[in-house]
Amino acid sequence: MPEHLVQLNQLTVRFDERIVVDHVNLVVGRGDIITIIGPNGAGKTTLIKTVLGIQKATSGQVSLAPGLVIGYVPQHLSLEATLPLSVKRFMLLSGRPLNACEAALRRTGVGHLLNASVHHLSGGEKQRLLLARALARQPDLLVLDEPAQGVDINGQAALYELIRELRDELHCGVIMISHDLHLVMAATDQVICLNQHICCSGHPADISHDPAFIETFGHQVAESLAVYHHRHNHSHDLHGDVVTGNGPHGACNHEHH
Amino acid sequence: MNIIDLILGDFFWRALLGGLGVALVAGPLGCFVVWRRLAYFGDTLAHSALLGIALSFLISIPLNLGVIITCLLIALALVLLSRTRALATDTLLGILAHSALAIGLVTLSFMPDIRVDLTGLLFGDLLAMSRQDLLWIYGGAAVVLTLLALLWRQLLMSTIHEELARVEGVPVERLRLALMLMFALVIAVAMKIVGVLLITALLIIPAATARRLAKTPEHMLGLAIVFGFIAVSGGLTLSWHLDTPAGPSVVVTAFLTFLLVYGGARNSRY
Repeated sequence: MPEHLVQLNQLTVRFDERIVVDHVNLVVGRGDIITIIGPNGAGKTTLIKTVLGIQKATSGQVSLAPGLVIGYVPQHLSLEATLPLSVKRFMLLSGRPLNACEAALRRTGVGHLLNASVHHLSGGEKQRLLLARALARQPDLLVLDEPAQGVDINGQAALYELIRELRDELHCGVIMISHDLHLVMAATDQVICLNQHICCSGHPADISHDPAFIETFGHQVAESLAVYHHRHNHSHDLHGDVVTGNGPHGACNHEHH
Repeated sequence: MNIIDLILGDFFWRALLGGLGVALVAGPLGCFVVWRRLAYFGDTLAHSALLGIALSFLISIPLNLGVIITCLLIALALVLLSRTRALATDTLLGILAHSALAIGLVTLSFMPDIRVDLTGLLFGDLLAMSRQDLLWIYGGAAVVLTLLALLWRQLLMSTIHEELARVEGVPVERLRLALMLMFALVIAVAMKIVGVLLITALLIIPAATARRLAKTPEHMLGLAIVFGFIAVSGGLTLSWHLDTPAGPSVVVTAFLTFLLVYGGARNSRY
């Protein structure tokens, strides 16, 4: 397997005259969790759609590793209620055998819903179903567009935790878009703050001090993130996780080892 | 005289046979109309069938062929125009549907030598079913059902979630074209039975009736065919005994079945 799953090189997308994604460079490797944040209309969804091959780039390149299997979790599953569909059938349409589908459903915590109608699921169950469907494909890369939308606050933390565990189990790369800033910050390796172009990027601990980040999200958000992230670093260490990064946080981690 | 000749020699049986053939493909296609919210789109294609008839007379080609080609061209025009996003899709459909119908009617009025039964074209004609029409219907049905069977999983996936399907490698655009080809075929063959103004009803009502009871997509397809059979045989019998127009009688029967099922059956669990 090559080192990079996805490499974006000076990627630009224009809708008519409006620049939506502006000269973005990005590399995603195995085991990376990259979170894209940014204000509304910052081009986040457009950016991941070019990675998925749904949106064409105006200029620049998207290069994917050969044979890359992508598991996609779209923003929300809006299903036409006139189409009778069970969870089982929806999973089987992935083309994977039943036992793989059942295992994926169990892994995301919705194994008991196998015979339910997809139209009767709650927001959280739908997101877990979508995640299971992506999981069943044994992806090299997971792409998630606001995976915690419509999920209650406890469920959100659990969902991001699950995504992190799946990254470890599948040893896949993860790209996700999120608005749940402090929840995401805790579960991610690299944050990319997008506002057409990449304003700033880096480890969550560092990015919250970045002037460009503070300018986009304001002091309050930046400070609350720094605090939240610090707390989370400690619980990581109790689990034995190694948090990469430099600066005061890196040093802090090493003290606890 | 053998039994086949006996049946095909009787215009009522020819009409019934033709109607059942139409219902056989209108059911499955109708499900896609309901799932993909294409009711207005189907209406536009059906209206443009009249333009197709006028053009067929102009350049003297078989009517069915003219209708299929015109429907396909209008469908392609719709897809291309809707991409420009200059007008909302429903406005665009409204413009094309009624313009196509009007241009068709105006063109026909310019051809005084050709006597067409306009009422028959608009509302269907029980007496007009020829043996050749039957050939077209069952030929068209064979093409549509084969395509559906071959593309079923991919069509279903791209209907459920287009982006997800695309990421999984389903050729979404080509499937859309295939679906349009099938629509054009169904409209061309269904025109004889119910007329251009009521084709959409024959597509939608049996499928909507089936939804109430269906547990899986395939189940809904099968039920839509059954309800289509009921509508066609009931409607044609009504037309035969009470001398009512064929198309409206079929649609009235379909509607009554719809009311019965929605009044009498509980909603499907799926």
